Amino acid sequence: MSRVQGHGGELERVETYRGTTVKIGLAEKVRFEIAVSDEFVQPTVDALCEGARTGEVGDGKIFVLPLDRAVRIRTGETDHGAVTPVDK
Amino acid sequence: MSPPALLAAVSGIDTGDTAWMLIATALVLMMTPALGLFYAGLVRSKNTLNTFMMCIGAIAVAMVTWALVGYSLAFDGTGSLIGGLGYVGLHGVDFAPREGTAIPHLVFMAFQATFCIITVALVSGAVVERMRFGAFLVFAALWSVCVYAVLAHWAFGGGWLQANGTLDFAGGVPVEMGSGFSALAAALVVGARKDYGRQALLPHNAVYVLLGAGLLWFGWFGFNGGSGFSTGNPSVLAFTNTLLTPACTLVVWFGLDLLRGRKVTAIGAATAIVVGCVAITPAGGFISPGWAMLLGGLAALPSYAIIVWRTRTRVDETLDVLAAHGMAGFFGILFIGFFAELSWNGVSNGLFYGNAAQLGDQALAALAGPTYAFIATFVLLKLIGAVMPLRASEHEEALGMDVVQHGEEAYVTGEGAILVFPEDGGTAGVPVADPG
Repeated sequence: MSRVQGHGGELERVETYRGTTVKIGLAEKVRFEIAVSDEFVQPTVDALCEGARTGEVGDGKIFVLPLDRAVRIRTGETDHGAVTPVDK
Repeated sequence: MSPPALLAAVSGIDTGDTAWMLIATALVLMMTPALGLFYAGLVRSKNTLNTFMMCIGAIAVAMVTWALVGYSLAFDGTGSLIGGLGYVGLHGVDFAPREGTAIPHLVFMAFQATFCIITVALVSGAVVERMRFGAFLVFAALWSVCVYAVLAHWAFGGGWLQANGTLDFAGGVPVEMGSGFSALAAALVVGARKDYGRQALLPHNAVYVLLGAGLLWFGWFGFNGGSGFSTGNPSVLAFTNTLLTPACTLVVWFGLDLLRGRKVTAIGAATAIVVGCVAITPAGGFISPGWAMLLGGLAALPSYAIIVWRTRTRVDETLDVLAAHGMAGFFGILFIGFFAELSWNGVSNGLFYGNAAQLGDQALAALAGPTYAFIATFVLLKLIGAVMPLRASEHEEALGMDVVQHGEEAYVTGEGAILVFPEDGGTAGVPVADPG
């Protein structure tokens, strides 16, 4: 997760500092980059849509992209095993 | 006023007392921005300015209401429940000494004004991060008259508590219990923040909190040290006790923090300073330095317990005004009933020195003050709520009160800011992309 600034078409904030009026075109956003195995793609998308939705402009977008390779550094597992949660 | 009064020193004025009271008044006024800093550090960064502005707003509104009507209701005459209207608009408040003091009436009024101001500001701690600024200003104006002035009259202005013999040196009843129990009522009427109990809502700057507490303590020397209205023994005693009591509260608070979490916390320390200062407020000029130290240590316990308990409830009394002010003030008022000492205060003994009646007088104040404050504030906010919304919408609360209420941010970066020239007109938000 990273904190970013962006513009999703929402209303710009108008602020005034001692007579200087500005429109703030960028809003605080969070960007999630989530790597999951194929069977978790739809549940993840559903969860984000449910959790992040306010119904207002600026809720954000989800992009689903393929991943070439994944390696879990601790175990050396690759691909499917690397991005599937481990049951402990 | 006769013209000679303007030219010559008025008889009955003590210059030393007046000099000290002028300074003490400025010290107490400073406590309100100090409280703003303390409160601003305790909220999330998106509400920094709004929280601070509630304290500045209290200065603006309460000073005006005080001059117009509050001072008169609190300090004109010795009516049992409320003062008169003789000083409305500061009529007749001039250079002549205020009865019972050797300082000009104007200075007395100004000193008392700073008390009204900070008490209004204190209540804001219960409703920060969601109450609308405009509604708060209306509340501040009405509360300063309907609640503060009434309690101040009861305790200091010749009202029934004072006439009955209740000892309250610097405002345990009107300021501390008055703000604390009003804060509880305000939190209940306004309601919890939308994320309260679901998300961690953390203080955004502990250094502000510590600095604010330090400045509050500094200002409190004027608050307690000035409440003798002189440079005499009661003031000297209260001044020194204001040093001793909070130090003892700090020591005990450190111990409680260690017991509970094995670490001494900075925000806990800032809270302890306030709790100690509050506890000695009513008792400052009435108990010996030794008992003041005990008071500081003991006062930590109930306030600490309430803070721990309150955060587990659904009551979002956000900045714990009840624990820090209501409870510690309650404790200090009762403590006088036990340990007041005639040889130190020249007024009365407490139970420990053979005068059980004093404890009764103190207990009466500890019951009456909170009851009136709670009920009056509850009704007042319900009435205001009937004519205007008290709180911002959920969406506005999420954006933060700084941008929504003030059109400013505390930590503005300037990134993405586009200068708007006045000739362009538009100061309203405009969508840059059509969502349809």
